[in-house]
Amino acid sequence: MEGWDPNTKSTLTQIPLLSTKAGPRDGAAWTQRLKEEYKALIAYTQMNKSNDNDWFRISAANPEGTRWTGKCWYVHNLLKYEFDLQFDIPVTYPATAPELELPQLDGKTQKMYRGGKICLTVHFKPLWAKNCPRFGIAHALCLGLAPWLAAEIPILVDSGMIKHRDDVSGSSES
Amino acid sequence: MEAELKDMIDDLESLKRSLPDSSLHASINKLELRVENLTKMAMSATARRSKVKDMSSEVVDSNPYSRLMALQRMGIVENYERIREFSVAIVGVGGVGSVAAEMLTRCGIGRLLLYDYDKVELANMNRLFFRPEQVGMTKTDAAVQTLADINPDVVLEEINVWTISFNILRQKLLGGERRAYKCTRRYRFSSFTLNITTVQGFETFMSSLRNKSFRPSKEGSGVDLVLSCVDNYEARMAVNQACNELNQTWMESGVSEDAVSGHIQLLIPGETACFACAPPLVVASGVDERTLKREGVCAASLPTTMGVVAGLLVQNTLKYLLKFGQVSSYLGYNSLKDYFPTMAMKPNPQCSNAACLERQKECILAKPARDAAAKAKMEAEASSATECSLHADNEWNISVVDDSNPDSVEATSADALPEGLTHELPNADDFKKSPAPGPTDTSIDDLDLLRKQLEALNAD
Repeated sequence: MEGWDPNTKSTLTQIPLLSTKAGPRDGAAWTQRLKEEYKALIAYTQMNKSNDNDWFRISAANPEGTRWTGKCWYVHNLLKYEFDLQFDIPVTYPATAPELELPQLDGKTQKMYRGGKICLTVHFKPLWAKNCPRFGIAHALCLGLAPWLAAEIPILVDSGMIKHRDDVSGSSES
Repeated sequence: MEAELKDMIDDLESLKRSLPDSSLHASINKLELRVENLTKMAMSATARRSKVKDMSSEVVDSNPYSRLMALQRMGIVENYERIREFSVAIVGVGGVGSVAAEMLTRCGIGRLLLYDYDKVELANMNRLFFRPEQVGMTKTDAAVQTLADINPDVVLEEINVWTISFNILRQKLLGGERRAYKCTRRYRFSSFTLNITTVQGFETFMSSLRNKSFRPSKEGSGVDLVLSCVDNYEARMAVNQACNELNQTWMESGVSEDAVSGHIQLLIPGETACFACAPPLVVASGVDERTLKREGVCAASLPTTMGVVAGLLVQNTLKYLLKFGQVSSYLGYNSLKDYFPTMAMKPNPQCSNAACLERQKECILAKPARDAAAKAKMEAEASSATECSLHADNEWNISVVDDSNPDSVEATSADALPEGLTHELPNADDFKKSPAPGPTDTSIDDLDLLRKQLEALNAD
């Protein structure tokens, strides 16, 4: 974890760790894992809100909890940029991390795989593998998505690849 | 097209007859000649060879299998024609998978199952197999198009996982297979969410491997070998999971991101290391955001390295299926130094994959029978050779001991270290033994309540 900023480190220590090693095909064990996922997500969301650092919404899109959808946003130069966020829980979860997708940014950056899957290979996958099964969705957002947004959104905005929604609607109205 | 051209000749003929002025006949004759030429060209373009019932070893130009059947005459393969009984599943029809599929097709494999959810792009043109005019087609469709032309004897099944699930959905909604087909055709594949790593895609994958319609008498699953030609860890883990559960032998292949090295590996569940037994090197060094900006995701690829790896993979496949030579359990390829390392990997008794552990147990139980069979085979071979003792006397009573015993019996003694020594690293954690109910667990333990709690947080 050396090289990570102290803020992320202290946040990470406060997200509850998970203990059940179970994937979506494991029946009751998966339900147990899902409960732990919810607990970690609730704690992380609460923490973000109390620190005035709220930056995502995520909820299960199906009763089995294998598909998740929501939003995430990033503030750059006092403007808020919001994106759809979605991912599936892979069959081999938690041995493999979820592949977080920002479909609206598909094709706009090199740091992305087909279909808007953000690149987690270098900065996150090794951490996930090392901490399996203690890390869950909340950790993936904290250590995978958050640094990706922090690194990529300023570049995408400055290069004009993405525009703030006010600019877009303003130009279309005029 | 041919019928159309024939009609045209007939029309021209009747035109010629009905014309009173014979001065135009010369130009009509010229037109007729051109149509005939066109007919010939059309015939040669669509000339697809008909299916061949039996593989013949007759050496004539028109026999597609003469050079393959010659392997028998050369004493390499005992019965080449058996290849028509085999089914091979190729997961990932990219730079390696498509070439492997073509090689197996040309070898006359019985049946191929192709899995991919991607489309052909211009960016793929630095690799072999796909052609620029196929850009936009799904890789499975494009592959079937080419392969069926090359060898119509091969039974090809394309499984575009996304298409299948979508078809089923459409059929339910609209009814009728034809309509469902039309719908998938019209849709551009903007969504890539359903692949074999998702729950639904995985179930489709498993059931297609189980399907035994090609050779109902076959034991086990419906395929003889699965070839993994995918480009990511998640998909490899999914193939590994499926093969461990089905007790299905498979081969893994890979080309490095810098395009200069690759490997193939044979995985027999329980007998050799599975893909999860030896996880990829976890380099947990701290990586800051600057690294993220510097490196691009786009991996390099070369047609050469991919062709070499596909060749090694299919060669190993042929050796495995047709039982000749020595099947490599791992073969690496480093193109910078032209170094080809080989090794064998035993399964990890602490593997994180439960299905792998089950297969390992079965394998240990079946070991005496396997050993007896191997011994009988050895003796049969030895009896045909002239028996002679290597050394007349054995003063020190030296004997050769089998060292391939799995550590089932000596597991405890292997763990025990001589006095004064300690293991540097602890054993892998056993999570089942330590559920460790934390203090927070006492709060709420109902899934619906938890879900509502998160929704409430999401609402404001």
